[in-house]
Amino acid sequence: MRPISYSRVSDVSTAIGTVAADPGSAFLAGGTTQVDLLRIYVEQPRRLVDINDLPLKQVEELPGGGLRLGGLARMSDVAEHPTVRQRYPMVSESLLLGASPQLRHMASVAGNLMQRVRCTYFRDTEAACNKRAPGTGCSAMDGVNRGHAVLGTSDCCIATHPSDLGVALMALDAVVRTEGPAGQRSIPIDDFYLLPGTTPEREHPLTHGELVTGIDLPPLPVAARSRYIKIRDRESYEFALVAVAIAMSVVDGRIAEIRLALGGLATKPWRARAAERVLDGAPATADSFTRAAEAELAGAVPHGMNAFKIELGKRTIVRALTETAQREESA
Amino acid sequence: MKSPQALQTTPAPDSAVVRGPDEVEVRLRVNGEIRRLSIEPRVSLLDALRDRLDLHGTKKGCNQGACGACTVWVDRRRVLACLTLAISCENREITTIEGLADGDVLHPMQEAFLDADAFQCGYCTPGQIMSAVALLAEGHAGDDEIKEWMSGNLCRCAAYPHIRAAIRRVRDEQGGDRAAH
Ligand SMILES: Cc1cc2nc3c(=O)[nH]c(=O)nc-3n(C[C@H](O)[C@H](O)[C@H](O)COP(=O)(O)OP(=O)(O)OC[C@H]3O[C@@H](n4cnc5c(N)ncnc54)[C@H](O)[C@@H]3O)c2cc1C
Ligand code: SF4
Ligand code: FES
Ligand code: FES
Repeated sequence: MRPISYSRVSDVSTAIGTVAADPGSAFLAGGTTQVDLLRIYVEQPRRLVDINDLPLKQVEELPGGGLRLGGLARMSDVAEHPTVRQRYPMVSESLLLGASPQLRHMASVAGNLMQRVRCTYFRDTEAACNKRAPGTGCSAMDGVNRGHAVLGTSDCCIATHPSDLGVALMALDAVVRTEGPAGQRSIPIDDFYLLPGTTPEREHPLTHGELVTGIDLPPLPVAARSRYIKIRDRESYEFALVAVAIAMSVVDGRIAEIRLALGGLATKPWRARAAERVLDGAPATADSFTRAAEAELAGAVPHGMNAFKIELGKRTIVRALTETAQREESA
Repeated sequence: MKSPQALQTTPAPDSAVVRGPDEVEVRLRVNGEIRRLSIEPRVSLLDALRDRLDLHGTKKGCNQGACGACTVWVDRRRVLACLTLAISCENREITTIEGLADGDVLHPMQEAFLDADAFQCGYCTPGQIMSAVALLAEGHAGDDEIKEWMSGNLCRCAAYPHIRAAIRRVRDEQGGDRAAH
């Protein structure tokens, strides 16, 4: 781990000013990504600005029924928050099914959105990787890519986005609130994650020194019956192979409202819009569910070892829809 | 263990100050005692505890957040010392396995691990115990919950059934989900 200097700040404007003024600096929240990647020389900041004293840890009601998660609220605190559990269970579940209790106590929700990919070549400074070292190539294309993405990929990068929380936020149309040298911004979650394209090193539209101050969850009554389903190689303490965030209402046998997002399959938390189009207003039947899953994965591109994810993705979507429809009927 | 120094509070570091990259003076409160050490900001809490403070109970398994061997408490919450910078723990209260016993009297969880034969090589054990005590305090100790809420602590010897038995025993002795730290 290379030497770093350290500052601890207690107000937002000092935090932003300090990082913005120094290109070699980075924010330090829970450190569960930052310290890990510093140690293996993947991230190379010269200075860390500790933001853990900033007053951004609360969960607040928004006028109109939404909820604001402070950027530094811990994964564990948000997951256990009674209002989050009641109105947005998929958010709580996406957090509780991620990492471990220890990591969830450390990690902030802003840091969760900003976490880097788990591609083994990205984490290995000896390997060619366009994301870590632009222009060097992508070792995963023909390498060990069982965990890699089948949606949203490019010729430059196929790394899966690892955040579970991000998937629930995509289903909810959450808004990321930031503050930077140029002032405050509200960024729809879909725009907060960039596809790799030809610039996989660029994952977010943030400028250097721009701080994620919070995440706004819009009011969405159907989200009170939402779920997060995560399929992985072991039952706990593991990233997703496939994950589905789902909220659906069924009226008179037809799908009245549907929110569907996918994890583990794509280079960014993935809103399943093709599936939603098939499902919207359709009868809540096995046939609709299968057609929706087929539509969403129609554009999937396998890269050898990860081909199984296409079928697993379809089956998980169908399962999520089937179980949710059953619950809606008996409700 | 409880020196008079333990009652003092550390003043908040000045926000504008840049510290390091060379060694800087850091004051940590570990197991109720203020410890002064000179470390570079990049030093993890795990390395500070083991290499500078001679507290070898906390173990280094993976050094990347994947095993839980380094579990300690910071402000009474279980966290991973390998991904925590020591310097970021000023003004926080650190508790390690060495701080769990009351003098020569072992913590009930330590007793239970002995009684239940909840280890083989013992390498993961300090982390398991720190996690287990915290688990009871967090209130996730139902029979069907322990497995999930202890999943952040791996055991290469697969002592899991006995570890869970030890936790259930302490839970039942203490009458429910809450245990005193
Ligand atoms: C073993 C392991 C297993 C894991 N499993 C999962 C899992 O199953 N699911 C999952 O979703 N995640 C998982 N994670 C990832 C974990 O959730 C993230 O590392 C964590 O959420 C990052 O948050 P942090 O506060 O620790 O961020 P840090 O590590 O402090 O920061 C991460 C990055 O974000 C930047 N940053 C931090 N805060 C802000 C802010 N407010 N504004 C702007 N930039 C900021 C930092 O500069 C840094 O670049 C796992 C991690 C580990 C180590
Ligand atoms: S998939 Fe992306 S992160 Fe992984 S080696 Fe290729 S370019 Fe790097
Ligand atoms: S040594 Fe910290 S989690 Fe493995
Ligand atoms: S007892 Fe050997 S690793 Fe757990």
